[in-house]
Amino acid sequence: MGNCSLDFEQQKISLLNALVSMDTLSARTILTQPYDPCTPHQVVEQLVAPALEIIGEGWEKGEYSLSQVYVSGRICEELVDLILPPMHQSRRYQPKMAIAVLEDRHMLGSRVVYSALRASGFELAHYGSQTVDALAQRVEKDRIELLLVSTLMLSSALRVKRLRSLLEQSGRQVKIMVGGAPFRFDPALWQEVRADACGSSAAEAVDFAENLLKELQ
Amino acid sequence: MNTPKMTSLQRVLTTLGQQEPDRVPFFLLLTMTGAKELGLSLQDYFSKAEYVVEAQLRMRKKFQHDCLYSFLYASLEVEAFGGDTIYIDDGPPNAGAPIISKPQDILSLTPPRIEDHPCLQKVLEIERQLKAKVQDDAPIIGVVISPFSLPVMQMGFEGYLNLMLNQPDLFARLMQVNEAFCVNWANAQLAAGATAICYFDPVSSTTIITREQYLESGYQVARRVLPQIKGPTATHFASGRCLPIVEEVAQTGTMIFGISTSESLGELKKAVHGRATLIGNLNGVEMRRWSAEKAEAEVKKAIAEAGPGGGFILSDSHGEIPYQVSEETLLAISEAVHTWGRYPLDWAAA
Repeated sequence: MGNCSLDFEQQKISLLNALVSMDTLSARTILTQPYDPCTPHQVVEQLVAPALEIIGEGWEKGEYSLSQVYVSGRICEELVDLILPPMHQSRRYQPKMAIAVLEDRHMLGSRVVYSALRASGFELAHYGSQTVDALAQRVEKDRIELLLVSTLMLSSALRVKRLRSLLEQSGRQVKIMVGGAPFRFDPALWQEVRADACGSSAAEAVDFAENLLKELQ
Repeated sequence: MNTPKMTSLQRVLTTLGQQEPDRVPFFLLLTMTGAKELGLSLQDYFSKAEYVVEAQLRMRKKFQHDCLYSFLYASLEVEAFGGDTIYIDDGPPNAGAPIISKPQDILSLTPPRIEDHPCLQKVLEIERQLKAKVQDDAPIIGVVISPFSLPVMQMGFEGYLNLMLNQPDLFARLMQVNEAFCVNWANAQLAAGATAICYFDPVSSTTIITREQYLESGYQVARRVLPQIKGPTATHFASGRCLPIVEEVAQTGTMIFGISTSESLGELKKAVHGRATLIGNLNGVEMRRWSAEKAEAEVKKAIAEAGPGGGFILSDSHGEIPYQVSEETLLAISEAVHTWGRYPLDWAAA
């Protein structure tokens, strides 16, 4: 990978403004211009991911709304697919990943995380709504290494503990990252259910995937 | 000098008038806990009005709190629109598959008639029976899901956000249908015996949409709907933030704000400035692990921040106590309110 010496600060501010204003056209203009000598992968890493991270952190603090987080993620996901198509050679080696919603039909949170990860250059499967047993079987079958679990209800969040037990019984070493309202309102809950990490924003899921990637390399 | 003992309704009305009653009123918004009280499964419990009435009365006596709650579960309204409810053993019943699978389905949607749906009639029966039992001793809180928030269950959150952002005509048509239903449903509950209506509107929260989006959408809906409801209303954001829209929410005519544990009671109290009462904001999710000491500390903190001067009802921040919260914790909360909530709150000023 070549040396990317560009300073993206100004573009990052412009992209951030375009995203929170839900201005797809401006975001597209910013992202599709040439950034020689940087590769598309470096542009994603140094421009897109940081902008999404600021928005994700801003949501946690009450500065941005979920609609802005959702639309930003979708815009970036689409544009990153343009500059870095799913089969592009510079899509990095990465852990086998999936995201699922546990026993609920509320998909928005998982969709936001899915988009943020794809917009950051990762590939992952979206399993939709799953029961604990079905999810454990699917993780085993697909040999998943990083599982992201989204929950809305406290009762679903508590079931992650059983998911962990089932995965241990199968002998698979799977990292579990949890997220969703119950974990935001009870910061100690993720440890109680024996998850490996808790993401209070999509940006934290991206960080966790990045760190796991480093561990595996 | 202590104020003479009041009934729950007097206590609540006094605080709504921005005066100090005998003590801080507190609402335990108990739904699923009633099933535990009667030793029933959640599905059995929610199947009969008599069960809910019996449990509500027993729980009020046990926990010595200040309201009765006729709310069963949120997806009940979607059932009236033709949807399903999925029951689980230890959590709130959830809406099944969306009734609007594609935006064009909105064109054929009509408001359900209250008299046609046994699920709605059951709630009215609960309210009638509760009213017959308590008369004017305690307020009976009925619930509607705001027309603006109901679509999350009608069509899924993602589909709804996309509709809101990209298809204004279909969005307007959906609001028209939901508003007609919401007004009828709220007024039917008031006629059956509900004292006030809790208008659950989490999508209007700035946790979900921007202030600008709220002004164009949720705010306009609330301004059309709330004046048509023939009784007092409380707008509840079900754990969502509302500080950036306080001024506008106050203008919708609502009397009470249901607020999140993520926001400061003191800051919100300053912002509403005597124009509305706050209800909240104990952390219901964390409550499951509270010791008696922790419960007492949390109650004291909330009362100290928002109790002085009235205009405050202590409650949880979501509008429903989770199934997993123990009776011991609820009793500890009650004891703390009865110990530390007596006006005047000299200890809080010290």
